[in-house]
Amino acid sequence: MADVSSSTNTTPTTTVRPGRFKEFWRYFRENRGAVIGFYVFIFFLIVAIFAPLISPFEPSTQNRGATLVPPAWQDGGSWTYPLGTDPLGRDMLSRLIYGARYSFLVGTIVVILAATGGILTGLIAGFAPRWLDTIIMRIMDIILSIPSLLLALVLVAILGPSLLNAMIAIAIVLQPHYVRLTRAAVMTELSKDYVVSARVAGAKLPRLMFVTVLPNCLAPIIVQAALSFSNAILDVAALGFLGMGAQPPTPEWGTMLAESREFILRAWWVVTFPGVAILTTVLAINLMGDGLRDALDPKLKRS
Amino acid sequence: MNTVVTAQNLARHYEVGGGLFSKPSVVKALSEASFTIEAGKTLAVVGESGCGKSTLARLVTMIEEPTAGTLNIAGKDVTPDNWDTLRDTVQIVFQDPYGSLNLRHRVGAILEEPLKINRPDMSAKERQAKAREMIELVGLRPEHYDRFPHMFSGGQRQRIAVARALMLEPKLLVLDEPVSALDLSIQSQVLNLLLDLQERLDLAYLFISHDLSVVRHVADDVVVMYLGRPVEFGSKEAVFGNPRHPYTKALLSATPSTEPNPEKKRIKLEGELPSPLNIPDGCPFAPRCWKAKSKCREQRPDLMGEHPAACWYPEG
Repeated sequence: MADVSSSTNTTPTTTVRPGRFKEFWRYFRENRGAVIGFYVFIFFLIVAIFAPLISPFEPSTQNRGATLVPPAWQDGGSWTYPLGTDPLGRDMLSRLIYGARYSFLVGTIVVILAATGGILTGLIAGFAPRWLDTIIMRIMDIILSIPSLLLALVLVAILGPSLLNAMIAIAIVLQPHYVRLTRAAVMTELSKDYVVSARVAGAKLPRLMFVTVLPNCLAPIIVQAALSFSNAILDVAALGFLGMGAQPPTPEWGTMLAESREFILRAWWVVTFPGVAILTTVLAINLMGDGLRDALDPKLKRS
Repeated sequence: MNTVVTAQNLARHYEVGGGLFSKPSVVKALSEASFTIEAGKTLAVVGESGCGKSTLARLVTMIEEPTAGTLNIAGKDVTPDNWDTLRDTVQIVFQDPYGSLNLRHRVGAILEEPLKINRPDMSAKERQAKAREMIELVGLRPEHYDRFPHMFSGGQRQRIAVARALMLEPKLLVLDEPVSALDLSIQSQVLNLLLDLQERLDLAYLFISHDLSVVRHVADDVVVMYLGRPVEFGSKEAVFGNPRHPYTKALLSATPSTEPNPEKKRIKLEGELPSPLNIPDGCPFAPRCWKAKSKCREQRPDLMGEHPAACWYPEG
């Protein structure tokens, strides 16, 4: 008897958690693009983490004797610099590898900033009386009505061009999406009985917000976080290209593009590789985000 | 006798519509509801959809404030100021066990939440012990403590909901159609659990239902509601055995019978339920009543008689 109860006691803890994850993974795996995106994302992540071990050179080491060396497979290229060098003789491959670090840093910080702010504001808007809700949502509408890159440019112009300010600006620009998403989710959840039940149990506003309602709104927010990760990378690259983001000699992909713009006809590799790096990461993350959406939130399924 | 709840002329009106230039109109969801419930007794509230049953439940559980009337729970008058102190005397079980449990919380957390909020000095160990005890009391197994609600069937979920409502050891349990979302075979299990718990814990029930056969099974007293007003009140025997209001009679005649050749004829009501925005003068039931006379259309009858019914020409 005791044996039976102890064995049944242990089974839930061992089966519940993987059960949920397995279910998620089964849905996620159905989307082949998402799985490819996921692996590419992991690849870039590993590259970013182990950049000092992988990269053959320091990203800012200049080699005056080898400026604008073409990639290894072209005439005049050498395997010392597999992807060639830039006009200052810096190894392209090393710079790209270190660039991945900046991209992930930017993505992570922007998403954390935008999501925290957006979720808090959205929760407040969802729970607030109508007048406060209207004020918050109209402000968000105003932010959304301005082209995002333009607004980010203005903000950076005010704050001063640096990578940190670019991230803050982009976080502000991305925030309204989180606010709207959270508010919509909160409003559907608020009408459900379990919220009333928590009220009857005496739950006060903070508890209702963060313990009762928020965990039930997370699925669409996670998806939005994955998708805006790529948006952040793209926007920071754009700001860098316009000279308003990371400043040289930071090996940020957008800044690298901007620095080598004038060599586009003479040395294709200095522009192409950073562009390809941005494209691949953003595409991979978007594919992964789509898969996440389908797996986590069947209601939002498109196509 | 030990009276748990006394309600006097409870009313709840909602303002709806109303734009910049138009005045909002008033929906009288509930008016003039008076009743008392004693410990260990069940008061059933019956009526069709939109008759104010659930509004009554929301008033008694202190989710909403009454527009008028007084409510007295366990000897204390209920005002929004002392809602917090009265929370542990009244709890509610909802109709839909699929919506009333937080899907992101484990059963243990669901059960312990009321204690966490209302008994801040209780230790985590005591809370868990209490939750496990309650799980057993409602007929679930100990290993269910760590599971999520989506792993349970409807009947089991409703047991969890009942357990949660009982965690604070309330005196009154409001049951808002607790079995109408369940399969018939499960209904009787949950009802018997409720009856059993009532006997053991001396609970008072406010049982809201539109299923008369269920009411016949569990109720001591019955209130019949129509368009936000009680139209008949009495003991179960009186209301079922000798209905005085024509509406009650029509309701009872609509109960499906298990007899193969039922003798009694079903009374078919003509017409629609009037809009609660625009309740007719006189008896609200008059437009659908087969014995309405001109007096019925002019003057509204109050609850009258020893076995009170709001009708000018009561049956029986």
